[in-house]
Amino acid sequence: MSEMKNELEPLSDPGLPEHVHRKSDVDPLAAKKAERQVSILFLFSAIGTVLFIYSYIWIPREQLIFLPIFGTTNAHQLFLGLGLAMALFFIGMGAVHWAKTLMPDHEVVDIRKEQRSKDEDRAAFVATVKDGAAQAALGRRPLIKRTLGLALGLVGLSPILFLRDLGPLPGNDLNETNWKAGTRLVTDPGDRPIRPSDLEVGGVAQVQPEFPIGKVRHLDDIAQDSVLLIRIRPEEFNLDAERLSWTYEGIIAFSKICSHMGCAVALYEQTTKHLLCPCHQSTFDVTRAAKVIFGPSARPLPQLAITVDAEGYLVAKAPFNEAVGPSFWGRDS
Amino acid sequence: MSARERVAGGTANFLDERTGAAKWMKKTLTKVFPDHWSFMLGEIVMYSFVILLLSGTFLTFWFDPSMREVEYEGSYEPLNGVKMSAAYASALHISFDVRGGLLMRQIHHWAALIFMAAMVVHMMRVFFTGAFRKPRELNWIIGVALLTLGIVEGFLGYSLPDDLLSGTGIRIAEAIIQAIPVVGSYLSYFIFGGAFPGELFIQRIYAVHILLIPGIMLALITAHLMLVWYQKHTQYPGPGRTEKNVVGYPLMPVYMAKAGGFFFIVFGVTAFLGAVAQINPIWIFGPYNPGQIGAGSQPDWYMGWLDGLVRAAPPIETHAFGITISWNILIPGLIIPGIIFTLMAFYPFIEQWMTGDKREHHLLDRPRNNPNRTAIGAMSLTFALVALINGGNDLLATHFDLSINQIMWFSRIGLIVLPPIAFVITKRICLSLQRADREKVLHGRETGRLVMLPHGEFIEVHEPLSPEKAYLLSSHEQLPALEIGEADENGVANPQGIKGKVRARMSRASQEQISKPTSQDMLELEDGHH
Amino acid sequence: MTKAIGFLSRYRRHRFAGPFLLFSALFIAGVGFTVAQAATEVKQELTSVDRATLIAEGKEIFARGCSSCHGLNAEGAGAAPSLIGVGAASVDFQVATGRMPMADMSQQAMRKEPVYDERETAALAAYVASLAPGPAAVTNEELAWERDGNTAEGGELFRTNCAMCHNLAGQGGALTQGKYAPTVMGVEPRHIYEAMVTGPQAMPVFANTVLTHEEKLSIIKWIKFVESEPSQGGAALGRVGPVTEGAVAFLLGLGILIGIAVWLTTKAR
Repeated sequence: MSEMKNELEPLSDPGLPEHVHRKSDVDPLAAKKAERQVSILFLFSAIGTVLFIYSYIWIPREQLIFLPIFGTTNAHQLFLGLGLAMALFFIGMGAVHWAKTLMPDHEVVDIRKEQRSKDEDRAAFVATVKDGAAQAALGRRPLIKRTLGLALGLVGLSPILFLRDLGPLPGNDLNETNWKAGTRLVTDPGDRPIRPSDLEVGGVAQVQPEFPIGKVRHLDDIAQDSVLLIRIRPEEFNLDAERLSWTYEGIIAFSKICSHMGCAVALYEQTTKHLLCPCHQSTFDVTRAAKVIFGPSARPLPQLAITVDAEGYLVAKAPFNEAVGPSFWGRDS
Repeated sequence: MSARERVAGGTANFLDERTGAAKWMKKTLTKVFPDHWSFMLGEIVMYSFVILLLSGTFLTFWFDPSMREVEYEGSYEPLNGVKMSAAYASALHISFDVRGGLLMRQIHHWAALIFMAAMVVHMMRVFFTGAFRKPRELNWIIGVALLTLGIVEGFLGYSLPDDLLSGTGIRIAEAIIQAIPVVGSYLSYFIFGGAFPGELFIQRIYAVHILLIPGIMLALITAHLMLVWYQKHTQYPGPGRTEKNVVGYPLMPVYMAKAGGFFFIVFGVTAFLGAVAQINPIWIFGPYNPGQIGAGSQPDWYMGWLDGLVRAAPPIETHAFGITISWNILIPGLIIPGIIFTLMAFYPFIEQWMTGDKREHHLLDRPRNNPNRTAIGAMSLTFALVALINGGNDLLATHFDLSINQIMWFSRIGLIVLPPIAFVITKRICLSLQRADREKVLHGRETGRLVMLPHGEFIEVHEPLSPEKAYLLSSHEQLPALEIGEADENGVANPQGIKGKVRARMSRASQEQISKPTSQDMLELEDGHH
Repeated sequence: MTKAIGFLSRYRRHRFAGPFLLFSALFIAGVGFTVAQAATEVKQELTSVDRATLIAEGKEIFARGCSSCHGLNAEGAGAAPSLIGVGAASVDFQVATGRMPMADMSQQAMRKEPVYDERETAALAAYVASLAPGPAAVTNEELAWERDGNTAEGGELFRTNCAMCHNLAGQGGALTQGKYAPTVMGVEPRHIYEAMVTGPQAMPVFANTVLTHEEKLSIIKWIKFVESEPSQGGAALGRVGPVTEGAVAFLLGLGILIGIAVWLTTKAR
């Protein structure tokens, strides 16, 4: 569309518009007024600092205040902050107002030069580099060049090696949890063992594996072991025979750690029997062994096989048969 | 000579005799800066960074970057006796037992949000006005690096208090690390010192958050400013403004007072937000526990688009030969952001390649005068915005009576369909604005006044533009498209082949313009009138 | 653009408008401080009413107001579930929070102004409870959450069992297909308790064997604490986390700063 047009003459540049004087430039009264305004702004800042000091020392840390819209809020924090805000803000407003009304406002024109250096400078620069390289004589001494390359390449390895002790190798850790065959399910929090009858149809409970007395449960354990128990009517299950045998009287147990990115999946809707992860909205169907029916997760939640022990408490029938939590390269299933 | 003059002279003399800086200082103090509000965006970023350094230093005086388990016994009653990390307990201590501690925490967090917001808007200004063009490509790349570092720095920062919300974010970051092919689980075990969450990551990200990344950012910001200084600021086109000059106010005293004053204003506004608006109330969230979660767990806004992409990802994983590749994490979490940031960093060179324009530019473009670039910008923003919306889909669902499933499908389709639509629409709008500009220069401004001619016809009075305005609307350059890729007059195909053809197409697209009015047009018009 | 500049430069004349507004806002705040908020709870005990009359009354109300969906004998029909065996607790929760009768057959029953008064609700509950045994309505003696609850423990339990749907600050959250978990703010302790025991709508059941009676009282105590907790750091921004914070940073924070930048770079007259 623009062919030829660029060779035509553009409109002529009328040049910088004429300078317009401000009121404060021509009227001494206006200048005096501007001066007063600037001073008042600086005084506001001083008042702000006074408010800040007053709030810091005399308003108690727990003092509450009721404000419309805000509701009840902390007076110490509020007035301390407002004081600081005023103190800083009005220094700035004063300085800017001063610059705008009383400092010279003549626009100045500065001339640019091209970023590129002059040709002789560039030539001299290239010559210097070439000269330096020639003096170092790298080209003529290949042995030095090669061994230096080797040394530099190798020295880069040391910082990487230095970082080796940041942590242990994962080994088989990601595939293992504290669930063993016969481990009791205990409530979290509370650490109470559970009987099947404790859980009503439509009920849920978060459980952890029972630890021997003296063993402390760390966050690392919770990050792997958390299990959600859900009870539905047994006839609502839509499972194959093996998975059905992992349930007990309508109670089914899933890893609570999302198979997508490891958030705690726990939004259970007892009407639809769906489990939803609040982080990325992966949705799992409890009746079909936590099959993914929506969202980004690509795998069902691992199911824990459960049964009851001699005393009638729920126990794990076997460890998890797959790694819990998010996927990783070496995950084999 | 007054006393004040003697002191000023004495100081200058003292410095110059020791540094020989008089010549440099003379040049520096009279350095000219053009005045425009959009040139202050970068200053907001810089001042927010200073505020972050100051408030952050204050917070380090009490923060205990340790995951040692403690039992809380401070003044926040509903957490009394709860087991938590020392980091979380010290963050509570800062919030409730240090006077001004909560204020500083809130100022720090608000400053971080404003830092990132101003940085993004500043980059948009630079992009849409073409300020990244030669010789400023390096500064654009530094800017992209700062943006990336800012995102990481912000994420690490809000992860430090070790509350339930931030811990969830760390858990997700760990899953992304684990998903990296081959070395993922090793990297994760190195970073966390073993299985997640371990007992080390808070102190590690603390060192990175308060030393490593701020140090790099400070160096980059310094380089960024030195380049701005050395290359002199760009300016908007207008009468009297050319590629060869820069029109504005000298540093001393006007710009110094304005810029210095603006620092206090930015700090004041941030402190105001810290005083009146509660941010990240970690005491409500409780300490991190991997078995717990809250509905509506979201990252801060600058991570929100990434989270939105992860949410929208299709559920695909590859299992084969005993390994797993999580495309559902890799694509939205690493591959797409990687492509986006690479393209962004290299955009100045991509544009040079498309237009063949390798000259220096110091006059900014009005966005409409480069429809292709403006459309590319609008396209990218649309993509980011749809992703951001999906990142908050659960909140949108509850507050606007929608379903998360609907919003998710809208985003999945929208991420692919809406950006091209935005491209086309923006380009059309730019071209119509150009057409309107041309009309205005040639036929004047519509005044809205109707006049009845003697023979009864109504016409609207058009008022001619002032020469200044007419110059502004017509002074931009219009380059022809590159002539490559086509067969020459003898029918011999261009040796550049497909690459050349693509380039020619891109060039034609990027040079699509409405011809601007020229003095010839004006002359012809005048001839017609008289 | 020129309009904005004109507007701003007009305001230059009123440059004390900002500080003035600030001070007047603080003054109004001080006045507001004295406004006390008193929530009065009226608890009526239905003691001396003959149980049989109550059931008969309930049956009558049921036939009038509920049977069109739940069936003449509460056996359920279509989308409306059977009420046999749901117990008095469930009826009290659904009717006294206004969820039942539903306004329309939408995805989910909403909390609204109750249709039936306390006595009618009790009658309905008594009638439904008489059909088959189920969770009984909780009595006020049992509901001594202020005495028997522990706030800190309640917080832990809330985060483990409730926050995933109802949000860390109890503000509610989204479920699948447009369903949602409502906010737990401003809900009667009795109704919170009944909801946990009966699992209304999509909510699962938290039986006393899994979440003990005392633990439920602790959760209630924590919810009541959060509800009345002053907002320590200023406006609470809906307590929904980073989404509103991001919006405020852009609109208020960056908005004010850009406004000032426009003023700063405009030539004074």
